[in-house]
Amino acid sequence: MRAALFITCVNDALHPRTGRATVSLLRRLGVEVDFPAAQTCCGQPQYNTGYRRESEPLLRRTAAAFEGYDYVVTPSGSCAAMVRDNYPRIGEKAEAEGRGGALAEAARSLAPRTFELTEFLVDVLGVTDVGAYFPHTVTYHPSCHGLRMLGLGERPRRLLEAVRGLELRELPGAEECCGFGGTFAVKNPAVSAAMGADKIANARSTGADFLCGADNSCLMHLGATLSRQGGPLRTVHIAEILASTEDEPWSHA
Amino acid sequence: MSGTYLGMPAFPEAAKKSVDDRTLRANLRHATHTIRDRRAEAVAELADWAQLREAGARIKEHTLRRLDHYLVQLEQAVTDAGGTVHWAADADEANRIVTGLVKATGETEVVKVKSMATQEIGLNEALEAEGIAAYETDLAELIVQLGQDRPSHILVPAIHRNRSEIRDIFAGQMGRWGRPAPEGLTDEPADLAEAARLHLREKFLRAKVGISGANFMVAETGTLVVVESEGNGRMCLTLPETLVSVVGIEKVVPTWQDLEVFLQTLPRSSTAERMNPYTSTWTGTTDADGPKTFHLVLLDNGRTDTLADTVGRQALRCIRCSACLNVCPVYERAGGHAYGSVYPGPIGAILNPQLHGTGSEVDASLPYASSLCGACYDVCPVAIDIPEVLVHLRERVAETGKGHRAERAAINAAGWVLDHPAALTAALRAASLTRKLHPKRLPGPGRAWTDSRDLPEVPAESFRDWWKKNNPGGTAAPAAPAAPAAPTAPAAPPSANPGSPEEGPR
Repeated sequence: MRAALFITCVNDALHPRTGRATVSLLRRLGVEVDFPAAQTCCGQPQYNTGYRRESEPLLRRTAAAFEGYDYVVTPSGSCAAMVRDNYPRIGEKAEAEGRGGALAEAARSLAPRTFELTEFLVDVLGVTDVGAYFPHTVTYHPSCHGLRMLGLGERPRRLLEAVRGLELRELPGAEECCGFGGTFAVKNPAVSAAMGADKIANARSTGADFLCGADNSCLMHLGATLSRQGGPLRTVHIAEILASTEDEPWSHA
Repeated sequence: MSGTYLGMPAFPEAAKKSVDDRTLRANLRHATHTIRDRRAEAVAELADWAQLREAGARIKEHTLRRLDHYLVQLEQAVTDAGGTVHWAADADEANRIVTGLVKATGETEVVKVKSMATQEIGLNEALEAEGIAAYETDLAELIVQLGQDRPSHILVPAIHRNRSEIRDIFAGQMGRWGRPAPEGLTDEPADLAEAARLHLREKFLRAKVGISGANFMVAETGTLVVVESEGNGRMCLTLPETLVSVVGIEKVVPTWQDLEVFLQTLPRSSTAERMNPYTSTWTGTTDADGPKTFHLVLLDNGRTDTLADTVGRQALRCIRCSACLNVCPVYERAGGHAYGSVYPGPIGAILNPQLHGTGSEVDASLPYASSLCGACYDVCPVAIDIPEVLVHLRERVAETGKGHRAERAAINAAGWVLDHPAALTAALRAASLTRKLHPKRLPGPGRAWTDSRDLPEVPAESFRDWWKKNNPGGTAAPAAPAAPAAPTAPAAPPSANPGSPEEGPR
C-alpha cells in the first residue's frame, strides 16, 4: 500500500521529529510512504482568521500535491479536519460566488482520501497494536478538531493501550479545549493562557511523565507553557510513541 | 438603540480582567461545570436525542424561510382571539409602543417575566425614563436588578454571584424597592428564596400590568408559550389586568405539534430538567380569567437583516437554552459581561455582530472570542454550527473592519511564501541556521504569545530537508502533481511580494 504523507506546515517547520516518526511507523507497518514536496500549508490559519479567499491558493496547491494518491495521511487532527470539513465549504462558496466549480471539485476529490494518522491506522490498516514500546506513564489530550470534527473517538486510546510498557492515565477534563485555537492564542492571550494553565494543571494531577496528543499545534502551546513553568511533565506526539520500539526507543534527541 | 452596552472595551481586554478575578472564576467554573454535567446526563437519557435535534433545526429552518407567511397567520390568530398585534422594526419603536401602552393604563409600575427580548431593547430603562418602574420577578433577574448589575448569562443572569454576595445584595437593597429582607438574613438558599418570595409577593398582588417575552408563538392558534422554573412567570401572566408581550419574530413555530420537539429539548438543554416546572400558554384574552387586555409586540431589531445572510441566519434558530454558554471554555473564563450585551457566550458572539453590526469595538471583537473548539455546536439543541458562523463573521470583520490592514499584509506575505515551496524551504533553513539566536520572549505584539509561553524551539533541520537527504528521489508522485494550476480568479496579488514569484529568495 502506498500513502502520501501530509506533514503540515507546523510539523515541517517545528516538529520534524513527528514527521520522521510517522514515516518510520508507517514503513514498519508495510506502507510505502511518499512525501510530495509541492505541499506547504493547508490554509487553516488563514481560513480560521477570516481570510477565506487567501486560503484558496493553498487549497488548490494542497489538492494538486496529493492528486492521484488513494491515501493522504497526516499526523494532525486539525489539518485533516480543515481538508475534510472546510475545503468543501470553501469550494462551495467560490462556486456560489460565480467563480467556477474547480475549487469545489478539488476539495471534493481530496476530502475523502485524507486521513488523520490514528484513523488511518485503525480504519484503513486495521491495526491497534502497532508493535510499539514506550515504558512511561502517559496521559492523552484529545484535541478538539480530532475529537469533535473528525470524531476520532477511542482510536488514539486503543492505539496507546496496546503499546507495551505504557501506562495510560485518565486526563481530567480531557474533552476541554487547551486554549490554542490558532490565532486565538494571540488575539485573546489572557483566556488562551488561562485555558492552557488549567489543562496543564489537570495533566500534572495525573502524575504522568508525558502529555500526549495527536495535534502538535496544541502541544506546541502546551509545551511552551510547560517550558515556561518548568517541571518534569513534557509533551509528545502520539506518532512518536507509536514509532518507538525496543530496538529503537524514543529519545530526547 | 444598538443593544451593545456603551463604552464596552473589546472582548480581549474585558476578558483579561475576568481571568484575573479569582472569585468570579471560581463562581463561573463551579456553576458552568455543574449545569454542564447535569445537562449531559439529561440528554443521554433520550435515545432519540439526535433526531430531536435534527427535527428542531428543521422546524426552525422551515419557519424562518417562510416567516412572511407564519407571522401574518399568527397576527390573524392573535387578533381573532382578542389580542392586539404591534410590529416594531427596532428597539426604539418597540420601547415607544410598550411605553405608550403602559401609560394608557395610567399605571406607574409593571411586573416582568424574565425576557431576553426586553433586555435586548433596554425596555426597563426606557420605562424608567417615562416614570414607570419595572420590577423583575425572576429570582436571578431580581438579584441583578437589586445589585444594579448586568446579566451575565442567558438563563442564570446572576451566575457570576455566589450566595454570600446575594445575601449582601438582598440585605442592602430590598428595602429601597419594597419589602425589606428579613432581619438576620443568612446565605442559606432556602432563606434567600423566602426573602425573595416575600418581597415579590407584594409586587404580584399590586401590579395591574405585566410584561413578558415568549419562548414560542404558535402561528396556527395565536398561542404564546413561556417555560419557566419558578412560577413567577405564571403570576405575571395571570394576575395583572393588562399583559404586554415583546417577542422576537424568530420565535414563531407553525403548529402545536412542533412544540413537542422543543418542550423536550429546551428544558434538558437549559436546566437539565426532563420537563420544566411551569409551562404557561395563552391565546388572546379569556372572559373572567387572566388579563382583560393583551398586546403582542413583534420585534425585528436586526433579525430580518440576519435572515438575509445564508450562513449567519442559522443563529436565528436559537431557543435561548444557553447550553453553549455552559460548555464554552472561553465563557467560563471571560464571564458574560465581557461580551458587552445581554447575549453572552458563543451564541452572543454570533448573534450580536449580526443583530447590530460590527461598528463597536466589542462587537467587532466577538467573532474572535472563540478557540473554535466546537463544544457549543455539539450541545446545541437546534444544531447551530457556531464555529462555522464565527469564521464567516471573521471574514466580514477582516474585510470591512478597521485595524486589519497589517494582518492582511502579513497573511498575504505568508501566503506567497506558502505558495512557493522553494521560498518556504529557504525560509525554514534561515530559521534553523539562526535558531541559537532566537529569544524565549518577544517584544511588542509577540508578547501576546510569550507573556505566558516560551517561543517554540526551531529544530536544526526541517522535515522537508530531512526527507530530501534521506529519500533521494523518493518524492515522486503517482500522477505527476507538478506545479498547481495558477489561480484563475484575480486572487488579490499580495502587496508584500518578496522577490520573484517563481524562484523565491535564494
